[in-house]
Amino acid sequence: MRYLLRRPILLSGLVITTFLFAVALLSLVWTPLPPTKMQIIHKLKPPLDVGLLGTDHFGRDIASMLMVGAWNSLSTSLLAVAIGATLGTLVGVFVAAVRGFTETLVMRGCDIIFAVPPILSAMMLGAFMGSGRFTAIIAIAVFMVPVFARVTLGAANQIWTRDYVTAAIGMGRNRAKITITHILPNISNQIIVQVTIQLGLAILTEAGLSFLGLGMPPPTPTWGRMLADAQTYLGQAPWMALMPGMAIALAVLGLNMLGDGLRDLLDPRDQS
Amino acid sequence: MILLLVARRFAGLLLTLLIVSVLIFVIMDLLPGDPASVMLGTSATPETLAALQRQLGLDQPLALRYLTWIAAAFRGDLGTSYTYSVPVAGLIGERLAVTVPLSLLAVALSMAIAIPLGVISAGRRNSLVDYGASVLSQVFIAVPGFWVGLLLVMLFSVTLGWMPAGGFPGWDNGVWPALKALILPAVALALPQAGVLTRVTRTAVLEVMNEDFVRTARSKGLSEKTALWVHAVPNALVPVVTILGLQFTFLIAGAVLVENVFNLPGLGRLAYQALTQRDIIVMQNVILFFSGLVIIMNFLVDLAYLAIDPRLRAGVR
Repeated sequence: MRYLLRRPILLSGLVITTFLFAVALLSLVWTPLPPTKMQIIHKLKPPLDVGLLGTDHFGRDIASMLMVGAWNSLSTSLLAVAIGATLGTLVGVFVAAVRGFTETLVMRGCDIIFAVPPILSAMMLGAFMGSGRFTAIIAIAVFMVPVFARVTLGAANQIWTRDYVTAAIGMGRNRAKITITHILPNISNQIIVQVTIQLGLAILTEAGLSFLGLGMPPPTPTWGRMLADAQTYLGQAPWMALMPGMAIALAVLGLNMLGDGLRDLLDPRDQS
Repeated sequence: MILLLVARRFAGLLLTLLIVSVLIFVIMDLLPGDPASVMLGTSATPETLAALQRQLGLDQPLALRYLTWIAAAFRGDLGTSYTYSVPVAGLIGERLAVTVPLSLLAVALSMAIAIPLGVISAGRRNSLVDYGASVLSQVFIAVPGFWVGLLLVMLFSVTLGWMPAGGFPGWDNGVWPALKALILPAVALALPQAGVLTRVTRTAVLEVMNEDFVRTARSKGLSEKTALWVHAVPNALVPVVTILGLQFTFLIAGAVLVENVFNLPGLGRLAYQALTQRDIIVMQNVILFFSGLVIIMNFLVDLAYLAIDPRLRAGVR
């Protein structure tokens, strides 16, 4: 505990992220009001007037929508990063084990995927398959694969040059076994740090996608669509725009701080 | 030697562009539903559908369709927009007149914020200024650009009435009105970039400050300020410019969103409109265009590296 107190960045990141996850989980069992319940007589009411954070243009409770939005945003981003990180790490350690031409080929492939931002690939997918959580997850996950492949490859290549790995090769261990016993355990810290940071990026992307109407369909509340709705009422109901944006910023800030803190903690070589 | 290396990189660039174009084409083809039925919606008669399929050449085999598309693209013919009934190439050109100035303005702004901030916080490491700048850059990275856009509209357009809330008057009606319409969007686009760049600048300057030539400059009796700005900063800018190039993907993604917030008739808005109007031809070409830009940008960053770092010229990679 004292250790944590000496690391304000890690601590703040941890607190914000825990709070976020707690709110998201709480929304599964309890929200102040049902988030989709419309009360037109109470529409566009400011914070504390009706509900803790006011109401939107349909009289829905913004606090409840934010809570459910937290779950929707986090679960989508978590799934996308989980898929991207798993595939990317597998590609990365595989390529590090074989090197050679495969490495050039895979790295070029990464450049190619990296050239299409998730917003655009989500548009491409959305046009044919319709928008929704699935489209958002795929679009973000596809973009994450090269990110994790690069990080993993870089880290794994370093481990492959270590003496104990050379020793293992000399003892006749095969490369798959070395990858599992030596490479993966030694790069897991870097992957954990990267997962945290990319989770923040995924939340930003998910918000952007649902802002454009490429995320989960209405009436499911998402932070991005709440902002899109707010755009029409900027003069009348500024809280509609303030709250979801602050939620996104806080979530990303918390995850980035957690990532930075974890980097200092787990990966001292990489300190800047 | 260097020419050979550049030629090799250029061949790689062409190959990458080729693969990207094939991929976009094939993915569009593999996705369920063919372009004609997507464009016409569910209410179309079978005759209209068949006619559009023929017009789009969808009755031809995939490889032939790709070759026709790419050959025409090389001649500058990207096909005809289904909704606007005008050549797609012209449409893209028109929209570039918004997106290019917007991006340049955003890049200039983000550098104007990030470089002084990064250099000062590196120069006064662990001071209050340094912590302040670090918090600021963290916040810049975390806030979504399109939300910043909404806040700016709320403040400068709705409340103060100083700036237009959106729309674009075009360059024909004078430079100032057009530029004025781009200022708020450029700020919204620049802040997240500035956050990233501030951190990169700070790290880069700190690294260079430890180099021998900076120590020499100091021991010559130059002031700390001169050592910092004249000797350290120019050398630290290399990684900054590199990151700027690599951030290009995010700049494009940001532009798509910000152009939609401000109703700017740019390329990002065009992509979005093409999506809502199911204009697959426009979408396909805009996405190819954006991806091509990113790849060319990365190529230029690569070349810049070659020019700057002689070790790479030895052909290590």
